[in-house]
This record gives sequence, C-alpha cells and structure tokens, in this order.
Amino acid sequence: MTDASSAQALDTSSADHDRDGRVPRWRRRNPLTLVGALILTLVALSATLAPVLAVHDPLEMNPQRLLENPSRDHPLGTDEFGRDILSRIIWGARISLYVSACSVAMALVLGATLGIVAALYGRPLDDLISRVLEVVFAFPAVLLALGIVSLLGPSVRNVIIAIGVVYTPVFGRLARATVLSAKERDYVEAARGCGASDLRLAGRHLLPNITAPLIVQTSLSLSHAILAEASLSFLGLGTQPPAASWGTMINTGQRLIEFSPWVAVFPGLAIMLAVLAFNLLGDGLRDALDPRLR
Amino acid sequence: MVRVARRVLSVLPVLFGVSVAVFLMIRLVPGDVVDVLLGTEGVASPQRLAELRRLFGLDRPFYAQYVDWAGRMVVGDLGTSLRTGRPILPDVLARLPVTIQLTGTAMVISLLLGLPFGVISAVRRHTALDSVVRVAGLVGLSMPNFWLAAMLILFVSLYWRVLPTSGYVYPSQDLVGSFRSVLLPALALGVANMAILMRMTRSSLLEVLRQDYITTARAKGVSERRVIYRHALWNALIPVVTVAGIQVGYLLGGAIIIEQIFALPGVGTLVLNAVTQRDYPLLQAAMLFIAFAFPIVNLVIDVLYSYLDPRVRYD
Repeated sequence: MTDASSAQALDTSSADHDRDGRVPRWRRRNPLTLVGALILTLVALSATLAPVLAVHDPLEMNPQRLLENPSRDHPLGTDEFGRDILSRIIWGARISLYVSACSVAMALVLGATLGIVAALYGRPLDDLISRVLEVVFAFPAVLLALGIVSLLGPSVRNVIIAIGVVYTPVFGRLARATVLSAKERDYVEAARGCGASDLRLAGRHLLPNITAPLIVQTSLSLSHAILAEASLSFLGLGTQPPAASWGTMINTGQRLIEFSPWVAVFPGLAIMLAVLAFNLLGDGLRDALDPRLR
Repeated sequence: MVRVARRVLSVLPVLFGVSVAVFLMIRLVPGDVVDVLLGTEGVASPQRLAELRRLFGLDRPFYAQYVDWAGRMVVGDLGTSLRTGRPILPDVLARLPVTIQLTGTAMVISLLLGLPFGVISAVRRHTALDSVVRVAGLVGLSMPNFWLAAMLILFVSLYWRVLPTSGYVYPSQDLVGSFRSVLLPALALGVANMAILMRMTRSSLLEVLRQDYITTARAKGVSERRVIYRHALWNALIPVVTVAGIQVGYLLGGAIIIEQIFALPGVGTLVLNAVTQRDYPLLQAAMLFIAFAFPIVNLVIDVLYSYLDPRVRYD
C-alpha cells in the first residue's frame, strides 16, 4: 500500500516500442520481468486449477493431525485444525487474485473515467473531481480501507469496494495528468477540427494514448491490492474463516509462531511471491515504456 | 512568507473535505450510533429510540449535525467513547507519543538504510552489487509488514532472544528500554518504506547524473566522488524528501497493524479497538486525527522543500 509508484508510472513520455515484431529489447535485457511473469503464471494457474492441484480439502479438519510438521503427506504441514496448509495456500491464491483483480478493475474504471472527464472538461468539473480525489488520497490506504470495511461489514464484496475506493485516486490523478498532456498534441486538435464528439475523442483518441502508464499502474496496484486484502483479512475484516485466505492464515499462525512456525511462514511466502511477481512485471513494463528510468 | 501562507491556505479545502468525508462516512452506513448502542442492550421501544436519537442530535438535518460536530472538533472536543464513556481527546493525546515514536523510528531506519543503498546502487549501476540491492529492494517491498513482524519475533526475539517480543516501555521509565521496545516494530514497519526510498534515491540520482552540469563538472576534472556527493546527491535527494513525506501516510496506516502485533499502546491500537467494538465516535475521531496529520505533515515538507530547492517557489 504505497503511493510513490504512481509518479513513476506516469513518467512514460519517451515510450520506445518495438515496431517490427522482434523480441522487445526490455525482455531481452530484463530477465527479472520474465521471472515475474513466470511466478505470476504459476500463481494464476494454481488459483485456476485449485480443485485439481490441492490434494486435500482446504476446509477438512483432521483432529489426529493437528499442527504436524511438514511431511510427505502434508508438504507444508498442517494447522491447528489439522487442515493441509499447502491446499489452503493454493485455494487462498484464488481469493487473493480475485479480490485484487476486482478491486483494481473498479479503481481503474472509476479513476480513469473521472480523470479523463476532469481533464477534458476543465473547470469547474476538474476542480470538483480533483478535490474529491485529493480528499480520498489524504487518508492513509490501510486506514481508509479499514474504515470502509468496518462500516460496511466484513465480507469479500466489501473488501473489494474498500480497496477499489482506496486506489481510485491513483488512477484518477494519473489519467488526468496524462490526458492533460495528450490534449495539447496535434492529433487531438485534428480530431476536434474534424468534429469528433467528446465521447469519441476520449474513447477513440485519448484512451489508447494513455493506456501505457495505466497498464504500469495496474500492475503495481495489483501488488498493493494483494497486500491490502491480506492486511484486512489478517485483522479479521476480510475473508472470514474457515475460508482459506493468506492473511487469515498468518493471523492464526502468528499466535502459534513459537512452536509451529510453518503455519505462518508459508502463507507469508505465498503473498510475497505474488506481490513480487506483480512488482517485477510493473518494473519491467515501466522500464520498457520509459527507458530513462531503467 | 506570503507564499508559505498561500500554501498553508491551499491545504484548508482538503482538511474540510476530509472532515466532511469522515462525518458522512459514519452517517451514511446502515444503522446509527443508537442502533449500535442498543445492539448490546436489547430491543427498545420506538419512543426510547426517538428519545436517544434526539439526545445524539440524529433527528436534525445533516448540515446542522455537521456544523455542530465540526464546531466541537475545532475546539478540541472529539466526543465521548461509546464503550468507555470517557472523552476521546485525552485518550488520543496519551497514545500519540507512542505512534510518533514508532513511525519516527521506522522513518529514521528507512532513511539510514535506504539512502546509502540507493546511492550505492546508482553509482554501481548494472553491476552485481546493483542487482543484489535492487532485488533486495523488491523483496522488501513485497513483504507484508505483519508477516515480517511475525518473522522478526520468531528469529530476533524467540530464537536469538535479542529484543523483547512485545510490550512497550515509556521513555520516562527507561530510555534505552523504550528504544529496544520499538526497534523490532519499527523494523517491521520500515522495511517497505526503506525499499521505496532506496529505489527512489537510485532513479533520482541516475536522472541527475545525466544532466549537463554533471558532465561539465566531470569535464573540469572534478573527482567522481566529489561529483556524486557534492554536486549530484543533494539535488537527487529533493524528490526523495517528497516521497518520504508521502510515505508518512503509509507508516501511519501500517502502525495500526504493527501496534496490535507488538501490543504497543498507540493511536493505531485505538483505531483497531474502535473498529472491533464498533465504537463509531472513537473511530471517527481517530480517522480524523490521522487523516489530518497526513496533509499537515506533507504541507510542512512542502514548505521545507522550497528552502531546499530554490527553484521551487509558490508563485
């Protein structure tokens, strides 16, 4: 849940695209991006194929096998109810990716729309939208998400709304700034001169030209959203037990850390890997779109 | 002075907006304070409900309620906790030093480690050392702070027994003990911040090192060490200061979780108690307090910034 990345995502003015179908330079030069893409594929595959990959039922309790060390039967051990931790981590990927994807999609659509409208129509609408985004931005992300979820009640849907609201200003400000700069270009003048409506101008001409920074920001925001979902679940305000969620698993594991550290260690590593993957991808995309920041 | 005053005035609409948002947030949710209160006391008659709503002023229009509420906030009356029945402000003020100590220590740790590693990474660009620092930064950025806290407790406190697992020692009781009690929480809170500052220092320094005045300095035969530390670094640090200011919000938010894990009696714990106990006046006051602190800290940094960088003026 950090905000500094938005400034970096914005700075993509000197885009350097590969035009003739060769392997893009950034992919050849930055193996870390490939590592990120690979990890992400693995996480996404485990989320999609959870019913096949998870050997055990993530909710099945086994009183005979409470807090077992990692073994052949349970490669990552069992928790305080005898549930298989590996299976719960695999199912947890589903919730984590689902919540982060939905919330970032909400923030992207809402933020980009507000940003484009603000930049396109100027004052007084711009002032109003900018002030509203500024106010939302003034709240620390965790605090705002916590406040919203505590008022709406803990559930997956409300967590999506909360995280979506929290990240809307990032996209709004980014879209506004990018459209403001794109608006001055000749092709926009030309489109206006040809009588293009505002809707056509936004959808057909401006949107395609501001997608690059928005894509970078989406990747970075997905990493923040995974952390936010895990934080809310850790605090008991996100995914509710017994559903398998990485944050809830760490919450339980934290209390057992002295004698059964595996209960907390492995879900944390899963979060770290997923977040790292999005960060690596975001960094790679940003480098590709703005080589100066490499 | 006029410029500074203008910048100060520019933050007022944000503070006003924040106060409206916090006020509305609590009132727009299903149910109100009376429902929460009665949730613990059982079913009440419609007359009793109406009487309680009148008592809390909930039967008046929103704007009238806001003016009344904001007026009380301005004079420092943050209301009374629904659960404890005590005034909120003394509670917040008593806990504030703990949160300031925690976030301050976390920021100092982040700066002490983040800046030098960022410089090393930029100066040794595209070397093995740069790669190690960058990957370490990304890993630091990707770790959930509450998980890192659990790992620090496991290794530093339980295995190596170097620092206490939880609890807080007030500086007035024992200064060294107080520092030791916040060191682990501050580390857990500061690692991601450190990674951000490190990455920012690196990219900012690389940007500055590409500028003409640096080429001129090199052409004049100035040693590389002097070029970096005398000419480039100070200019490179200017955006880092801004980012550090923005990160104060992150640290304040993170403190809510970290204080709970390490049982620190700060404002974060108060927020979490308000959430779990549905103590809306307390939640409202704590949210307002933290949300006000963030733009004000950024304002202070912005004003300092104009002194650091003569190019920035509030014209």
